[in-house]
Amino acid sequence: MKPHASVTHVWLATFIALTWVTPFTQAGEVNVYSARQESLIKPLLDRYTEETGTEVNLVTGKGDALLTRLQNEGLNSPADVLITVDAGRLYRAQQAGVLRSIDTKEIKENIPSHLRSSEDQWFGLSVRARVIVYAKDRVNADQLSTYEALADAQWKGKICVRSSSNIYNQSLVAGMIATQGIEKTEAWLNSFVTNFARPPAGGDRDQIKAVAAGQCDVAVVNSYYLGRMLASSDTQQKAAANKVSLFWPNQTNRGTHINISGIGVTRSAKNIDAATQLMSFLLSDQSQQWYGEKNNEFPIRESIPASDILTSWGPFIADKLNVTELGRNNAEAIKAMDRAGWK
Amino acid sequence: MEISASSTNNRGVSWTSRLGWQALLFGATVVLAVPILVILSNLAQPYSPSWQHLFDTVLQDYVLNSLALMIGVGIGTLILGVGAAWVTAMCDFPGRKFLSWAFLLPLSMPAYIIAYTYTGILDFSGPLQTSLRNIFGWQFGDYYFPEIRSLGGAICMLSLVLYPYVYMLVRVAFLEQSTAVLEASRTLGRKPLATFFMVALPLARPAIVAGVSLALMETLADYGTVAYFGVSAFTTGIFRTWYGLGELTTAAQLCAFLMIFVLTLMVAERWSRQRLRFHKNSAQKKLVRIKLRGWRASLATVLSLTVVLCGFAIPAFQLLVWSLNHWQQSIDNGFLTLLFNSFSLAAMASICCLVLAVFFAYARRISSSGLQIGAINIAGLGYAVPGTVIAVGIIIPAAWLDNHIDAFSRAWFDYPTGLILSGTLGALVFAYLVRFLSVALNTVDAGLNSIKSNIDESARSLGASGSVIVRRVHLPILKTSLLTALLLVFVEVLKELPTTLILRPFNFNTLAVRTYELASDERLMDAALPALSIVIIGLLPIMIITKSILNERSNHA
Repeated sequence: MKPHASVTHVWLATFIALTWVTPFTQAGEVNVYSARQESLIKPLLDRYTEETGTEVNLVTGKGDALLTRLQNEGLNSPADVLITVDAGRLYRAQQAGVLRSIDTKEIKENIPSHLRSSEDQWFGLSVRARVIVYAKDRVNADQLSTYEALADAQWKGKICVRSSSNIYNQSLVAGMIATQGIEKTEAWLNSFVTNFARPPAGGDRDQIKAVAAGQCDVAVVNSYYLGRMLASSDTQQKAAANKVSLFWPNQTNRGTHINISGIGVTRSAKNIDAATQLMSFLLSDQSQQWYGEKNNEFPIRESIPASDILTSWGPFIADKLNVTELGRNNAEAIKAMDRAGWK
Repeated sequence: MEISASSTNNRGVSWTSRLGWQALLFGATVVLAVPILVILSNLAQPYSPSWQHLFDTVLQDYVLNSLALMIGVGIGTLILGVGAAWVTAMCDFPGRKFLSWAFLLPLSMPAYIIAYTYTGILDFSGPLQTSLRNIFGWQFGDYYFPEIRSLGGAICMLSLVLYPYVYMLVRVAFLEQSTAVLEASRTLGRKPLATFFMVALPLARPAIVAGVSLALMETLADYGTVAYFGVSAFTTGIFRTWYGLGELTTAAQLCAFLMIFVLTLMVAERWSRQRLRFHKNSAQKKLVRIKLRGWRASLATVLSLTVVLCGFAIPAFQLLVWSLNHWQQSIDNGFLTLLFNSFSLAAMASICCLVLAVFFAYARRISSSGLQIGAINIAGLGYAVPGTVIAVGIIIPAAWLDNHIDAFSRAWFDYPTGLILSGTLGALVFAYLVRFLSVALNTVDAGLNSIKSNIDESARSLGASGSVIVRRVHLPILKTSLLTALLLVFVEVLKELPTTLILRPFNFNTLAVRTYELASDERLMDAALPALSIVIIGLLPIMIITKSILNERSNHA
C-alpha cells in the first residue's frame, strides 16, 4: 500500500520534532536526578556551571519514581547524582544498590555522622525540622512540651495535621518507633488521632492557616513553611503566619525531629569526579546559606549561620537519631498509622 | 485506512496483504499493551505480608471511597453532560450558541488545579468563610459550611471538569439521531421530555457510555485531587504502598486488580448491549429545535451559565487574580520554552494517537478475531491507570530492552549503545499513546458505530471500492468525531503530569510540571500563571476545532 502523502508528512514531522527537542547529554557533563523540585535546586546548579564551566543536566520527579528509573536503567543510567528531600529515600537507594561510596574527608568532616550514610553512600545537604505551631491568642507556650504530649486529653479536637501519606509525618512516627519502640508509639498514635480537629487534608501551609483562622489550636508542620509564609509577599499569608508561634518540641529530652535533604553519587556515574565536585559545591558556605535564605532550611554544617527568620525562632536541640532509622522504620510507621486510623 | 478496504471488500485484495495488515495491527496492539501487561504480570508475583495488613486496615476504605467517587462522578457527569448536550442540541434559548461552545471550557482545567482554586476560595481560612465570620461575628463551630476537602467535594470537582467528555460525545449523538424517529415520537403525542427519556436517551446510549466511562476511568486514575482533599481512594492506596511501604510489587498488584475491575465493567457493558444495534439513518432533514419560552428559557440559560461559571469562569478568574499578583515570580526566560514544549508535545501525541485510534476502531469494526479485539481492549485500559504506574510499565521494558541491546552490541561490535529508548521524548509520547488511546478510540468508535453497515453495502453495490467508501462516505460523517478525538487527547496531554514527570528527558519541562512543582511546594499563587497558561493553550484547539464541529453540525441538524 502506498501511504497517503499527508500521513507520511505527519510521521516525518513527528520524527524531526522528536529528535529536535530531545536534548542529548554529553560526556563531561553532570546528570542529576532530583526529587528536590527545580526552583529549589536549579539556581544552585546554574551557579555551579558558572563557576566551573561544567554543564549540569536535570530531571526532577518523585523520589521513588526516580529510584525506579535509576534501578531499571542499571549501569547504563545516565544519572551521576541522586538528590532527595528525605532520608528514607536515600536509605532505600542505598538498599537498592544504586549508589556508590564516596570517601572524601572534606565532605565527611562537614556533615555530622548521624546525617550521612555510615557507608559514605549519601550525605545530608540541608536540615528541616518538624515543629509545633500554636495560636498565639489561645494557647500558652507552657501548655506545650513534646510530640508525645499532643496525645493528652487537653488537645481533644484541637490539633490539625496533614495526611499520613505525607513523608514528613511518616518520618516523625518512624523516628518515634526508633526511639520508643512500636508499642509506645502505637499507644500514642491511638490517642493522638482522636485529638484531630478535622480529617487530615491539605498541606502544611493549610494547617497553619487553619490554626490562624481558629479551626484548631495547634498544628504539626515543617519549619520552612512557616518561614516562607512569614517572608511571603501575600498579605493574607503573612497575616496568618503572624497569628501563630513556633514551638520547638522535645527540648528536654531527645530533641526536635529533623529530616534532611541529601545527595548520593550513583553506581552508574560516568563522571565521578565532577559529581563529587558538585557535592562539595552544594556543601560550600554560599550554597549552604542559600538553602536558608531561599527555603528557610537549616544548613547541614553547624558552622554556617542560619537565616534571619530561622534565628528569630531561637536556638533548638535537634534529635541526634541517625536518620537512617527514619528509612528503616518507614514501612512500620505507615502500618501503625493505618491501624490507628490516621488517614 | 485501506485496512477497512481489505476486509470489507474481499474482492481484489490479495490474502497476503490482508494477512500482513492483520499482523501489523496485532503487533501494534501488543506493543501498546506491553506496559499494561507488565503491570498485570505482577499478579503472578508472590503476595507480600502487607496484603494482610491492607485487608485488615485500609483496603476497605480505599475500595468504598473509590466506588463512591465513581458513582458520584458517574451521576454528576451524566446529569451535567447529557443535560448540556440536550439543551444545546435540541432546544433553542437565549445564549445557546455561546453556551454550546462554552460548555467545553472546563475541559482545559486540570482537576487538581480546580481543586486547589476552590479550596483557596471555600476553605475555612479562605476569603468567603472569613468574611462570613467577620460579618456575623461567628467562630469556628458556630455555623455549618460544607467542607470542600471531602469526598463530596472531590465528586463535585471531578464532575465539573469531566462532564465535557459526556457532553461532546452525546451532543454528536443527539444531533445525528434520526430526526424521523424523534418526530415520530412527537407526532405520536409524546411530550418533549418523554421523547427525551424514551427515545433520544436510549438511542444515545453508546455515546453516553463512551463519555461516562472516560470520565470514570479518569476518576479512578486521579491522584492529585483525592490526595489534596485527603480522600483515601484506591490510588491513594497504590501510592502509599509504593512510596510509603516501599513495595512496588504490591502497589502494582493493587493496580492490576483495579484494571481487572475496569475490564470487567467494560466487558459487562459491551455484553449487555451486544444484541442492540445503534445505527443512525439519514438525518438530512433539518431538525426543528424546541423553542423554549418564558421561564423555561431563562432557566435553561441560567443553569447552563452556572455550570460554565463553576467549571471554568470562577476558577479561571481566581487563577487570573493570583497570576496578576505573582507573575513576576513565574515569568523567567524559560517560560516561552515551557509553552513551546507543552504545545508541541500535545500536538505530536494527539496526532499519533488519532492515527492509531482510527486504525484500531476500524480493526474492531471489521475484525472477527477475539484475540485482536481482546488485545485492543487491554491496550485501552491505560486510561484507568494512574500515570505514574503506566510510566513504571514503560520504564521496566524499555530499560530491559536498552540494556540487552547494549550488551549485544558490546559483545558483537564492541560498541556500547547505552540507553536508546529510556529517557527520550519518544518513550514519553509512547506513554501518552498508552494512556490516552482509549480517549481517542472511544470517540472514534462512537462515531463509527453510528454508521450503519448497510451504508457500506449500498455504497459497494454502487461500485465504490473500500478506500472510496472510507474517504467519501465515512470520512465526512466521522470528521466531527475525529476532530473531537484530536481535541480531547491534545488537552489531556497538555494537562498530563505524572507520566511526563518521570519519563521526560533531562532539562525538559512542561507547563504541567512547572505548575505541579510549585503547587506541591504549596506555592499556589506562583503556580497560578503556568496553570492559567495550560488553560489558555487548551482553549486554542477548543476554539479552532469546535468552530468547525459546530459548523459541521449546523449542516446536519
